[in-house]
Amino acid sequence: MTKIELTVDGAAVSDDVEPRMLLVQYLREKLGKTGTVIGCDTSNCGACTVHLDGTSVKSCNVLAVQANGRTVTTIEGLADAAEGELHPVQESFRECHGLQCGFCTPGMIMQAVDLLAENPHPSEEEVRLGMEGNLCRCTGYHNIVKSVLHAADKTAGGVSA
Amino acid sequence: MIPVKFDYLAPTSVEEALAALGEHGDDAKILAGGQSLLPVLRMRLNAPEVVIDLGGISSLRGIRDDGDAIVIGAMTTHHDVRDDHLVKQHALLLSKAAAEVADSQIRHRGTFGGALAHADPAGDLGAPALALGAQFVVAGPGGTRTVEASDFFVDLFETAIGDDEILTEVRIPKHTGWGAHYEKFVRVAHQWPIVAVAATVRGSIDEARVGLTNMGSTPLRATATEQALAGVSATEDGVREAAQLAADGTHPPSDLNGAADYRQHLARVLTGRAVLRAAGV
Repeated sequence: MTKIELTVDGAAVSDDVEPRMLLVQYLREKLGKTGTVIGCDTSNCGACTVHLDGTSVKSCNVLAVQANGRTVTTIEGLADAAEGELHPVQESFRECHGLQCGFCTPGMIMQAVDLLAENPHPSEEEVRLGMEGNLCRCTGYHNIVKSVLHAADKTAGGVSA
Repeated sequence: MIPVKFDYLAPTSVEEALAALGEHGDDAKILAGGQSLLPVLRMRLNAPEVVIDLGGISSLRGIRDDGDAIVIGAMTTHHDVRDDHLVKQHALLLSKAAAEVADSQIRHRGTFGGALAHADPAGDLGAPALALGAQFVVAGPGGTRTVEASDFFVDLFETAIGDDEILTEVRIPKHTGWGAHYEKFVRVAHQWPIVAVAATVRGSIDEARVGLTNMGSTPLRATATEQALAGVSATEDGVREAAQLAADGTHPPSDLNGAADYRQHLARVLTGRAVLRAAGV
């Protein structure tokens, strides 16, 4: 077992974990943060995307021990859910119906937030390229792209995690 | 899918990492960004007893100016290579190629040195590193040595790095002001290229360097095309004629993505596109 200390969604946590434990397993099984989902488990689909020290990563492709001393933000920490708040990108996905089954949505939203932080006014092509690591099997991406562009318009560059 | 159990070591210096590698030898695997290694461990294609994580060695990160070269620390991420101003100014080809590696999330974790040491023939950084004449600085128990790009790539997933050595940094001779383009042919977004071409040119065109991805077991230089391009004016006809030589002497693989002769065709077409874009045509 290896001791890790990190910050997850604003809270300091500390645990003894097996080195082979993946960050996504740690978030779901140890911390109960099941908002982050496992899609393909092969680092292709991006459903498990979280932010590690402020940038997007696929949490099925990071060991929990590699997050030692770092800060993780999951879909559950984007906005204050207890207060009924949504992050502007979450709101946009709701308003533009940027989902069907919803399984890819946590990862889509986390990647969209990263994309808009780096490029607050993306073109449609830049959105499609920036989201290339996230797969959706329902929507054909149309409303997902629309949601990201809508969030960019709405926040005028003010999106951050 | 969960990896087989392993012990985890997190050295904070290259010396510590080399000592750990010396102690555990073949039982150990080096973890850089982990974007290729972790899938391999999860699918249990490999089961090292010890994983040595270089993530805590800050000296391996970053890019610096070193006179006639820029030096890229092995643990610098693809994302940082893509955006670095020294890279854009003196080795634009690397910035262009780093932008095409996998997807945004992978580029945030995957490292320049890790990808080169992994030496996947379909990896995006080998061909540009070869085309730019990179020099690989490798640390071992007896000190450091420098390996030329032409000697670095040995075979599929095999480099000149010894079992007891670690790639610490890569020196890229300055190609200041050279135009560049990385033309990648994929079936679906964020996948490995079926073939890709890395081209960089001085003037239009005084000199050219052309590297080929996935046209053999290692990255290759299209030397016949490079020679034919020297002094050619950057027009469609002139460039495409030189590009006809791009697949000469290559022995690309045949697989589900394409037969060898199809890959050779792609190499010629993509070389034309890459050189024209690099020359700003």
